[in-house]
Parts: sequence; structure tokens; C-alpha cells
Amino acid sequence: MTKNKRLDGRKFDELREMEAKVGVVKRADGSAMFRIGKTKAIAAVYGPRALHPTFMRNPKAGLLRCNYNMMSFSTGERVRPGPSRRSKEISLVTENSLNPVLDLKEFPNTVVDVFIEMTQADAGTRCAGITAAAMALADAGLIMKDLVSSISVGKVGKDIVVDLDKEEEDFEGGATDLPIAMTPRDGNITLLQMDGEISKDELVKAIELGKEACMKIFELQKKALKENYK
Amino acid sequence: MALLIEEKTIVVPGEEIAEGMDFLPAKGTYRQDDKIIASQLGLVNVNGRLIKIIPLNGRYIPKAGDTVIGKVVNIGLNGWTINIGYAYDANLTLKEGTTDFVERNEDFTKYYDFDDIVVAKILNVNRAKFMDLTTKGPGLRKLRGGRIINVTPSKVPRVIGKQGSMITLVKDATQCRITVGQNGVVWIQGEPEQEVKVVEAIRMIDEKAHIEGLTDEMKKFLDVKNDKVLEVKNDKE
Repeated sequence: MTKNKRLDGRKFDELREMEAKVGVVKRADGSAMFRIGKTKAIAAVYGPRALHPTFMRNPKAGLLRCNYNMMSFSTGERVRPGPSRRSKEISLVTENSLNPVLDLKEFPNTVVDVFIEMTQADAGTRCAGITAAAMALADAGLIMKDLVSSISVGKVGKDIVVDLDKEEEDFEGGATDLPIAMTPRDGNITLLQMDGEISKDELVKAIELGKEACMKIFELQKKALKENYK
Repeated sequence: MALLIEEKTIVVPGEEIAEGMDFLPAKGTYRQDDKIIASQLGLVNVNGRLIKIIPLNGRYIPKAGDTVIGKVVNIGLNGWTINIGYAYDANLTLKEGTTDFVERNEDFTKYYDFDDIVVAKILNVNRAKFMDLTTKGPGLRKLRGGRIINVTPSKVPRVIGKQGSMITLVKDATQCRITVGQNGVVWIQGEPEQEVKVVEAIRMIDEKAHIEGLTDEMKKFLDVKNDKVLEVKNDKE
């Protein structure tokens, strides 16, 4: 880390190159792809459909069920296929970050399944997954108060940065990873996790930077959703 | 005070449509403070003071009074179970299924067998979305032959057109019998070559439902298909 440049030459508040596309999975009810740098997530939404096991059914509203999966070839080291402690946790936080905007009261006793597949991973996978899933849910025509945009912020060495990549996450001088998700309209935070150490002032600054970055992602999400119907 | 977005443009959830108390939020929108915000991906529609969203995608939500096309998936002791494209199947009771006197232990398959396609009307839907159907009424019957395609349920009004203008146009041009269910299931019967034309036409409506002047485009499309005009280079494709 030099004085005003990062390991890959970006500015501290600069995001990696992004790409978003809607309608990538033809047989799904809604789908989206989101790529940020070398991290690529594909989300597919199925439903509302019949929910099994039946004891999970809620007669007042539908259920959101997310499934995060890293494909075995997505990283340098092969990922062992199948559910893991990590993927279960990420599925859960994804659900929690999307649930506040989603309204499934029209579909009692049903489930909306979201499958998030990481085809390439280079840090910030849960954020890319949430961003893609939010677009896919909107594409499926579900009722949502707002979209959800997500980005990881953090501290690399002594600097507060936005959108860490793998190289920065593994920085020898110590790195803190802080994935956040927010609703762009109200600025409510729906996901906030942390791996590492950070001071109070730095945390506030990091979240501020993250919110700005989320707005940029939101613009891209909006564009991608509209472009699908050009 | 005013609309922030023009009518008939595409909005995404969370986008502000109007400001001030002059407008009222309808389907697909909600009010927050003095703003009306979209809660669904779709086209903005302003009807007087009401602002609603015409969704571009989404599953069918059953409503009482809708005419739907479904498939018999099960036969029970007192009627049939019919799949109409919602998460859960609908019930067609024996009483609503036929006007005949049915003997005890009679075989129900003589009315509707497994995999039969029926046009039915939704009698009522309760809070848990349990649906009762009826096949008593004009136009409600079992469908024989023909072919079935699916369109996005929210685009059904576009397939039918104003007072059935679009569907009549396609029917007249192809001499096919067409029945459109509110659940997005379309049944077509006619000469095989004509059926193919209808399928193409309806697929076109489904894809271009958000474009204006579709009826005129459909007229041109059908004329070309029926060799009424020489196929000119279609620069829109």
C-alpha cells in the first residue's frame, strides 16, 4: 500500500469494474448476474411455489429461502462441493438482508427460492450474491419496497478502502473485511458483518464510504433491470 | 406536486414516481411521506389520480371470477384437483363439475380424466389461497385437441386487447379457435399451419407487450404470414 494507491492501483474509494445483467437463466422465474472485478455471482429465483416440508409453511406470508453456493472451480484451491458451515451462514445472512424489502403476503404458504451460484470468487462474494439476488427478485415480478445493494468495505493496513479483493483481504499488514448491504432509498443497513479489528471512528467512516458505493451499485442494478426490456 | 416519471416508462422497485398528495398509490406502489414509490418492476400507469404498476413478470395470483385453463392432476372422492399454474392446486367439486346425476361409485373419468384440459372459472379464493372452480357456465368446458402455450399472466390483457381487439385480429387472420385463461394459458385449435402462426403471434405479443402500437404491428405481421403482402425487409426484427 503506497500513500494514495492500493495494491491493484485503485483509489481508496474506487470500486472494481462492474457488470450486471438480468434474465440470464431462461427457465427461472427471475434471474440476474452481477460481476465485480473477478467475482461473479449468478442468482436465480423460483416461485412462489409449494413449500416442503409443510411445517415450515406460514399461512400469513410466503417464505424466502436462499441458497448460496460456491462452485468447485470458483477459486484457486478447489472448493469441496456441497453445503458447508460457511455457505449455510452466508445463505442465512442473505435471507436476512433481503427479507426486509420483500413482501410475500400475497403468497401465503408458499416459498420463493433463491439460488446464488458463485462461478468466480475473488473476495466480496456474499455482497455480489446479495446484489444479484435483489435484481433477480425484482425481475421475478415480486413486490419489493426497495432494491438491496451490497458492497464490502474495510481496512487494509491503515487505510479505509472500498471493495476489497482477495489480495487485499490477505494483506500481511492486517486487513478488516466489513460486508454491508443497504436499501438505497432509505439508506437502511440490512447486512453488517465484520472480520478483523476496527476502531469506532474508522467504522463510521467505512460505513459512510460503503453507502456511497452502494448508491453506485444501485444505479447499475436499475440500468440492468430496465435494459432487459429495451 | 407532480409526476416525477413519465407514464408508460419502466420503473424498478424503490423508484419515486410522484410527489405530493395529488396522486393515490394503487397496485404495485406505496406511499412514503409525500412520495409515491414503485414496489414492483413494471410500467407506470396513471388513471386519473391513481398510479399503478403494470408488472412485466410474475406468477399468477388467483382471483375470484377469473376464467382459467387448467389440467386435471388428481381425481378424489368428491371431485377433481386442477393445476392452474399457482403454487397450490384448485378444487373442482363434483357439484360444480357436472350437471348430470352421478350414481354412487360412478367413474368420474367419464367427465374429466387425468391430464384433461378444462376451462374453468374461479368461484372463490380464501385467505390461504384455497380455490374452488366451476365448469358450469358459458364457454366453460373440457378442451379437446389443439395446442397449449403459456404467456406471462400479467400480459394477458395485452394478448386479448381492448374489447378483444388483438385476439379477434389473430382469430380472423388464422381461422383458429383461441381461448385465453387469466392464468396465462392459451389454447389454440385450427389447421396445423395456422396454429403455428398463432403461436408465433402470441409469442410476439408476450415479448413486446410493453411496446405501444402493437395491434398495428400485429396486423403487418399477420399480413406477411398470410402472404397478403410480399415479405419486405423487416428492419424491426
